[in-house]
Amino acid sequence: MLDQANFLVPPIYYVALSGILFILGMVGVLLRRNAILIFMSVELMLNSANLAFVAFARSFLDVNGQVFVFFVMTVAAVEVAVGLALIVAIFRTRRSIDIDELHSMEG
Amino acid sequence: MNSLFSLIPLVVFFPLLGMLINIFFGRMLMADENSKAPGVIASLMAGLSFVIAVLMFVALLGEPEGVEVPFMTWFSISAGSRTLSIPWTFKVDTLSSVMMLVVTGVGTLIHIYAIGYMHGDIDEQASKRGLSSDEAFDLKRRRFPRFFAYFNLFLASMLILVTGSNYLVMFVGWELVGLCSYLLIGFWFDDPIVGIYNSMAGRKAFVVNRIGDFGMVMALMLIFWTFGTLQFDDVFARAECMRTASQFECLAVDAAQMVETSPNFSLMFGFGLLQPISFGAITLSFQTVMIAITLLLLLGATGKSAQIPLFVWLPDAMAGPMPVSALIHAATMVTAGIYMITRSNVLYAMAPFSADTVAIIGAATALVAATIAVAQFDIKRVLAYSTISQLGFMIAAVGLGGYVAGIFHLATHAFFKALLFLSAGSVIHGIEHGHHATAHKGHGDHAFDPQDMRNMGGLRKHMPTTIVVYIVGALALAGIPPLAGFWSKDEILLDASKHDPLIYILLTIAAFFTAFYMGRQVWMVFFGQPRTEAAAHAHESPPVMTTPLIILAVLASIGGLMNLPFGRLHFLAEWLRESVAYAHVPAAGEGFSITVAVISTVLALAAIALSYIIYGTKPLQEGQADPLRVAGPLFTFLNRKWYWDEAYEAVFIRPFKCLANWLAFTIDWRFWHDFVHDSVIIQFFDGWAAILSRPVDMGIVDGAVNGIGRLVAGASSRLRRTQTGYVRNYALAVALGVVAIVAYLLIRFFAN
Repeated sequence: MLDQANFLVPPIYYVALSGILFILGMVGVLLRRNAILIFMSVELMLNSANLAFVAFARSFLDVNGQVFVFFVMTVAAVEVAVGLALIVAIFRTRRSIDIDELHSMEG
Repeated sequence: MNSLFSLIPLVVFFPLLGMLINIFFGRMLMADENSKAPGVIASLMAGLSFVIAVLMFVALLGEPEGVEVPFMTWFSISAGSRTLSIPWTFKVDTLSSVMMLVVTGVGTLIHIYAIGYMHGDIDEQASKRGLSSDEAFDLKRRRFPRFFAYFNLFLASMLILVTGSNYLVMFVGWELVGLCSYLLIGFWFDDPIVGIYNSMAGRKAFVVNRIGDFGMVMALMLIFWTFGTLQFDDVFARAECMRTASQFECLAVDAAQMVETSPNFSLMFGFGLLQPISFGAITLSFQTVMIAITLLLLLGATGKSAQIPLFVWLPDAMAGPMPVSALIHAATMVTAGIYMITRSNVLYAMAPFSADTVAIIGAATALVAATIAVAQFDIKRVLAYSTISQLGFMIAAVGLGGYVAGIFHLATHAFFKALLFLSAGSVIHGIEHGHHATAHKGHGDHAFDPQDMRNMGGLRKHMPTTIVVYIVGALALAGIPPLAGFWSKDEILLDASKHDPLIYILLTIAAFFTAFYMGRQVWMVFFGQPRTEAAAHAHESPPVMTTPLIILAVLASIGGLMNLPFGRLHFLAEWLRESVAYAHVPAAGEGFSITVAVISTVLALAAIALSYIIYGTKPLQEGQADPLRVAGPLFTFLNRKWYWDEAYEAVFIRPFKCLANWLAFTIDWRFWHDFVHDSVIIQFFDGWAAILSRPVDMGIVDGAVNGIGRLVAGASSRLRRTQTGYVRNYALAVALGVVAIVAYLLIRFFAN
């Protein structure tokens, strides 16, 4: 039976790293103008969440968290496929993927 | 039951069929100017109806107690456990059979006569209006079938009246004949000269009859309330029952089974004639109720049979064409009251006061009308008052209980009065023809009255058939033996002499006047010299008119055979014994009094002699005043018919018109319209409408709706600014949201 004492690295480290990664991703999404970079930032945020899931799953010895990570990775893959397709389509019509130029939906 | 009885509905449906044919195909049947087809069909239907009536008579010879032939249920109303069912059942008994024979027999003859008369009448109208021959033909195509449709409808209605087995069906017939009377009095409502008077006469007849019908309706309601039924036989059986038993016991009685009641029980609780009948708020004794019922029925009879006080419509009803006067206003419809009282003889036997009232009214009417007839100049009006007078004789007879005498006189009167009217029609027809012939030569004037006896005179040379039949009718009416009128009038006088001397005296005086005015009329019309060109050029009527006259003259001569007051010859008395329970049937040898007969005959002969002295020896000359004018104001009094119309005008009509005017102009117009409607209601409405429309509707309702609209529009125009279209902004909003949520959670976490 494992307990917290058996961890080589304490869970708080994982959580801290996860938080740092999430904030990095969030800053990327908010500050970058290139759609692909924004996309990569989103991936970073997703993976920070994955890291937190895995860390807590390990910490609480609950396999649900690890299962959830697989779902997140699957969804992320799908999202990448759709997102890249959209970006390609946008690039083909507008010759640019600068999202500040894409504000035709304003109210 | 003899299978012949089942034919009885046809007696009504033949004339009804004739009416329908004339309504829908009448114009088609009028192929040309002289076509008689509508009249022939109508007469044929009347004739077939007469055949049925004869078959009924034959069937009744075997079963004199009579039958009721069910035909259909008119209506049926259930109220709780009790059911009011009014069947249309044909009552064939000896009384209705006599009525049917008279109505259809005389009716058929008058139908045939009318074929000739109406052709002449319509031609006369056409020339009066100055129509071209095409227009005249059009008029004839419309009016000739219409006349016979009405005539057939009348016949059907009258037969419904006399064959109905309950008071309500009788009342339906009663109203329908009134309708036909109205339609036919006003037949020439569009006459260019007197049209308005014709329609006014029709209206007068209708309105006066409504007063009588009010009495009928009230009587019917009382009968139903008291006896729980309207079937003749049941009403009479229960009335008899209630002489001794209580109302409650008797309501279960019907004609077929008489419940045995214990007289001791009933007498102990004071039942019988003095028992109380409850009408909810009031309670009357049975005797009072019977008097009320019979007096209200009498009111109905005075309307329909033209008795005091409601006789005033009948003289005016002479505005109708002559066959109408003969059939409806002399022979049949006006006898409905006598039939109805005879039918209700059981009720009158239980209310002696009412019976006495009937007799007095009849005798008074007989005398008053006879005196008025003496001073009339219009040939039809003399006959109209004569009819009223003779109806008075009949009413007096049935009031005295002499139902047989009354019905006997009804039948003979139908013969001789129809004869007199139709002969007078023949005279007028001839005079109009004469007037026509002379008018074309430039002698005509539009004010010429072909019915005024002062315009006649010397017609015996021109109208050889008419004068003979006219004199037969006049002698029958005057009561000269052995003509029909003598026997029937004598029977009434004999009955009166036995039961009520006052009535006897009144009727005898009336009989004297009757003979006098008929004598006066015959001398004035047929003897002396023609007093106008029209009379000088009069001519005899065609055979289609004279043939019915001859038949009627024969009937008026030998009609007395149906009820000779000698031994076994008293047929009608024996015949009616089956259906009229309370008829006086004189004992053997008392059916005839030589004294009464001699007195009435001598008086009649004296009256005729007197009329000969006054009018026969010194015939009236052209423009000469009537010799009776020596009586001065009395003659005027009689000529103006005792000022009855004027009295009604003053007592009823003028106050009524004043009241109607007051109600119309003051109450309805000035108060209701000008004040209540225009002022109060409209102002109230306008005020409320102003409040509701401006502050309420435009302020509150519209304000709320528009405010919401403006709010939404304003809010959305501001909110749309947040929709920049920049993904960055949305992401920032999401991030800030996350921060806010996390902050909230942290605060909650640390607050605990």
